[in-house]
Amino acid sequence: MAVVYEKTKLLTDKPLHYCPGCTHGIIHRLVAEALDELGVQDKTIGVAPVGCAVFAYDYFNCDMMEAAHGRAPAVATGCKRVNPNNVVFTYQGDGDLASIGAAEITHAATRGENITVIFVNNAIYGMTGGQMAPTTLPGQVTTTSPYGRDTNHCGYPIRVSEMLATLDGPAYIARVSVHDVKHIMEAKKAIKKAFQLQIEGKGFTMVEVLSSCPTNWGMTPQEALKWLQENMIPQYPLGVKKEKEAE
Amino acid sequence: MGQKMLMKGNEAIAEAAIQAGCRFFFGYPITPQNQIPEYMSKRMPKVEGGCFLQAESEVAAINMVYGAAGAGARVMTSSSSPGISLKQEGISYIVGAELPCVIVNMVRGGPGLGSIQPAQSDYYQSTRGGGHGDYRMLVLAPSSVQEAVELTQQAFDLADKYRNPVLVMGDGLIGQMMEPVEMPEYVKPELPEKTWAATGWKPGCGRERAVINSLYIDPSVLEQHNRKLFAKYAVMEREECRWQEEMTDDADFVIVAYGTTARIARSAMRKLRDKGIKAGLIRPITLWPFPNAPIQKAAEHAKAFLTVEMSMGQMVDDVRLAVNGKKPVEFYGRTGGIVPTVREIVEQIENMAKEAK
Repeated sequence: MAVVYEKTKLLTDKPLHYCPGCTHGIIHRLVAEALDELGVQDKTIGVAPVGCAVFAYDYFNCDMMEAAHGRAPAVATGCKRVNPNNVVFTYQGDGDLASIGAAEITHAATRGENITVIFVNNAIYGMTGGQMAPTTLPGQVTTTSPYGRDTNHCGYPIRVSEMLATLDGPAYIARVSVHDVKHIMEAKKAIKKAFQLQIEGKGFTMVEVLSSCPTNWGMTPQEALKWLQENMIPQYPLGVKKEKEAE
Repeated sequence: MGQKMLMKGNEAIAEAAIQAGCRFFFGYPITPQNQIPEYMSKRMPKVEGGCFLQAESEVAAINMVYGAAGAGARVMTSSSSPGISLKQEGISYIVGAELPCVIVNMVRGGPGLGSIQPAQSDYYQSTRGGGHGDYRMLVLAPSSVQEAVELTQQAFDLADKYRNPVLVMGDGLIGQMMEPVEMPEYVKPELPEKTWAATGWKPGCGRERAVINSLYIDPSVLEQHNRKLFAKYAVMEREECRWQEEMTDDADFVIVAYGTTARIARSAMRKLRDKGIKAGLIRPITLWPFPNAPIQKAAEHAKAFLTVEMSMGQMVDDVRLAVNGKKPVEFYGRTGGIVPTVREIVEQIENMAKEAK
């Protein structure tokens, strides 16, 4: 019989711990498939964050490092500077990257650090039980914004991709979504492109992936995907935010 | 190499690190250690494979160290007290993940922003772990520029041997002072291969997949990990404890001091001997592990101890633990960047001698 589908060898056999309907699983697979297709398993070092993806080092079947909260871009910098031929990526959530790690991501980007950042934005702190994130939408109810995010009191969500796109360092920044098959395919293309550019030594690349959190949003998986599409995309428009001219 | 040069402590430490094979330095400006990153920024690009990178923060610098150490490199960072406080998160992770690296602290006055003058008030922070979780670091305290050079080179070997960060703890004086120094010819000892490093893996490549990590979510596994770390610290306590003793054999009064303070204490000891008072000196070189043995030995015959520090009294706790109530342990300290004088120490001992009569 002809093989029509195989699990990528860049994922281990360890069962994922993510909640039912969470899109982390899809994003893990996209990253793993992209690395697999580029044939760089033996060169890849992944850096896991603190947050829902804290155990990513158990899932990605390559050498891995686990960083402190928000520090993955600094850890990746140290690692990449030692072995510039390695393909180094971080996998970070929005609390990790946009809040406590805002300095590290900004400076890795402006240095043009030749790493790839997979930024999973689900507008909430998932692992700790659904607190307000820097990316939480205005009016969104979380366990630390129980009356809805009041922008007069705690300000506005950060559009990280647009912010980093103002810098000269990054080679490629794109925002994608995984709420339906069409967008999943596009997300895969963007992730693969980011890794390809890193392999070519083009500099800092980041793909922001809009993701759902049914558990902490208090929705069914289907409702969550619909909410993502209807509420997150208007706040966080999809598309390529920065692409350095081919030199 | 081999010839004597006049060098500032900070610059000598930086050159010693490069001679010992350090090729990665991540740092952030803070007085009084700026000559270390400055020297590194000048030298590293001229050394094959050398990389100096100025980090955006102390926090980022120590996490770059984590990444570089995890990739198997010889790596160093340096800072001074407030900056070392900021690095504590990363140091705790580095210890947890068992990564070798060298950290230099040119201690300045505290608490808070304190001052930029020399101090020894980070003793507790350095010898009790400093960051969260219970752990230890080897802490080496040079008292001259020459010794700073030698200890810095040894620090890299000790870090690799134990897969643990090693702290070289100077004070502002050691960093800023110029002294003649001879750069020793560095010979790398036999050390375990870094088969644990994350350098790229695929199935069948001859080693396990590397996971550089300090997270052990299962309590029994974390307890086991902590026991393993402490077994390592027990070996350090047995094998790495260093100190210098002077004229302790017949001493009635033993001064315990380290770093710059030990040099002043040595002059005081000589002056006291001239005056017919039998003074001796014990100078801890490793602050952790703390040299209990010579203090316990001296406690057998000495009348009393005087601990002198540039702090309100921190190491004195360890001296009291070692003496264990057998003899009085007095303390004399200056802080805020004020350095104790020979005369002050002599007076302290003279008063103790009067009381002992």
